[in-house]
Amino acid sequence: MAHSATPAHPDDGETRRDFLYLAAAGFGVLGTAAVVWPLIDSMNPSAEVLALSSTEVDLEPVELGQRITVVWRGKPIFIDHRPQAAIDAARAVPVNDLPDPQTDEERVKKAEWLIQIGICTHLGCIPKGQAPGDPRGEFGGWFCPCHGSHYDTAGRIRKGPAPKNLFLPPYEFTADTAILIG
Amino acid sequence: MSGLKTNNPVIRWIEYRLPIFSFIDHAVGSGYPTPRNLNYWWNFGSLAGLALVIMILTGIMLAMQYTAHVAFAFDSVERIMRDVNSGWLIRYIHMNGGSFFFIVVYIHLFRGLYYGSYKAPRELLWILGVVILLLMMATAFMGYVLPWGQMSFWGATVITNLFSAIPLIGESIVTWLWGGFAVANPTLNRFYALHYLLPFVIVGAVVLHIWALHRFGSNNPLGIEANGPQDKIPFHPYYTAKDAFGVGVFLLFFAAVVFFAPNFFGEPDNYIPANPLSTPAHIVPEWYFLPYYATLRAIPDKLLGVIAMFGSILILFVLPWIDRSPVRSAKFRPIYKQFFWIFLADCILLGYIGAKPPEGMFLIIGRIATAYYFLHFVIVFVLSYVERPRPLPSSIGEAVLKGGGAPAPAAAREKA
Ligand code: HEM
Ligand code: FES
Repeated sequence: MAHSATPAHPDDGETRRDFLYLAAAGFGVLGTAAVVWPLIDSMNPSAEVLALSSTEVDLEPVELGQRITVVWRGKPIFIDHRPQAAIDAARAVPVNDLPDPQTDEERVKKAEWLIQIGICTHLGCIPKGQAPGDPRGEFGGWFCPCHGSHYDTAGRIRKGPAPKNLFLPPYEFTADTAILIG
Repeated sequence: MSGLKTNNPVIRWIEYRLPIFSFIDHAVGSGYPTPRNLNYWWNFGSLAGLALVIMILTGIMLAMQYTAHVAFAFDSVERIMRDVNSGWLIRYIHMNGGSFFFIVVYIHLFRGLYYGSYKAPRELLWILGVVILLLMMATAFMGYVLPWGQMSFWGATVITNLFSAIPLIGESIVTWLWGGFAVANPTLNRFYALHYLLPFVIVGAVVLHIWALHRFGSNNPLGIEANGPQDKIPFHPYYTAKDAFGVGVFLLFFAAVVFFAPNFFGEPDNYIPANPLSTPAHIVPEWYFLPYYATLRAIPDKLLGVIAMFGSILILFVLPWIDRSPVRSAKFRPIYKQFFWIFLADCILLGYIGAKPPEGMFLIIGRIATAYYFLHFVIVFVLSYVERPRPLPSSIGEAVLKGGGAPAPAAAREKA
């Protein structure tokens, strides 16, 4: 009986069943994913962490050659009032030789003010070079002691394991010597 | 097993309805037949189990006093140290218990490397062991963050940042791990939850590990299969007594450190509260992570460094298929035996380098030692084809009773 029925609808029963299996399994996977995603996403930054905060900094008291650190969103921001020699040194470097090519001009809004996030792009330590006695590395900028990354006077990575230049925060000059970060 | 013999009516009543006693007896049963020639290196499995129990007991007591919040964590640990009854003792046991757990497990692991315990049919047993090692590392890493000192904070920062090396999605993963834009309160909270959870996952992995062990029984210093009753003795009382003696010796060392040098393995910087704006001049992980840390720093590229670091452990998973020599024990593998000791020395050297600043000579030695670490596995692969093993004894019973097959230095080591 079953045998004689087969030629009439060759694979009919099987394909319908396969389709039902696949559809049911596919739906199950989708449904599970839809439930798992909120669980995973709950570990992402929450609304109050995301709430943008901005920091205002008065640059007036920062003397030429002085470096100060301010805090924005829990991160240290390095502000460097660069002397002309540091600017010249940064601009004299052939850009294509750099691990993360970027000109000095691309990294500043005003040449004498270099403003960057003071977190090593390797594994997140705070590089040395802000305090007067600190080591500044082989290129006169910053030196990360954790695994030996050297940054130059434009905050660009020159030597060591860090892959990127120091990141730049979003900021703008609200006056000649005042900035708003964030 | 079904051979459970007891006249106790309560046990028989329960056993009939829920065969739990035969289940336990089967899993950790005293009648378990064991090769008669196990040496003291076989004590470290039961010691690891003891260490896990110690960690869970003291951990639960600490959890009753600890506060997982960045504003209170450091002080709550200081309160445990000063005000909680016996708090200092419980914390010092937990703190040093972590170190001793790793000492014991590392010895256990190198025992397996020396005697070829990872070879067929014990591949899954070995793989489960590596899984346990990875879980232990995650647990210990997150535990170290809890007291929220400077090393806690910067260790957490550096290690979580490892994931930023992953192309494209790396940064998102790190933000997700942190629950913010830096290591902060959400990070501490979830690390605490996971630090509480993972030891129980380890317990689960240990159950599987022992299940797999009991399928074929322990390997032994000769590395040949035990056949028949003349090769085996019951676990109880022979190895229960020997393990108990090992526990005594272990506790002697453990107590010496807990009571007389509780901060020997620690870093003084971790008694400084975490400061997100200042990295200590010299950050080092706990000693048991130093070899991997040296591997990470040896390679001047971020992604490759991270790959090498994880690879140094992951390669252990495939070791049973890298080493193709049918002879298990290094006793009968004259060349492998020498490379085993060189490999052990290389791992210790990497640990030493990991504690040093990554510059000058240290960096160069670190690179050579890292390269050698991976080269070792190539050597092991080649050796399995070119080495001529020494003749194996025909049975454990014969080797033990006639004193044949066990060369003098190995016998001396067994007594050590
Ligand atoms: C595999 C087992 C475990 C390992 C390897 C481990 C490891 C560690 C380590 C290295 C620390 C840091 C100690 C310090 O420097 O102060 C720590 C702290 C802590 N652990 Fe564990 N732990 C384990 C199991 C547990 C369990 C099961 C619990 C809770 C049920 C627990 C609760 C705690 C608490 C509350 C702290 C913070 C207090 C302190 O720092 O002393 N641990 N753990
Ligand atoms: S974190 Fe700066 S060099 Fe590694």
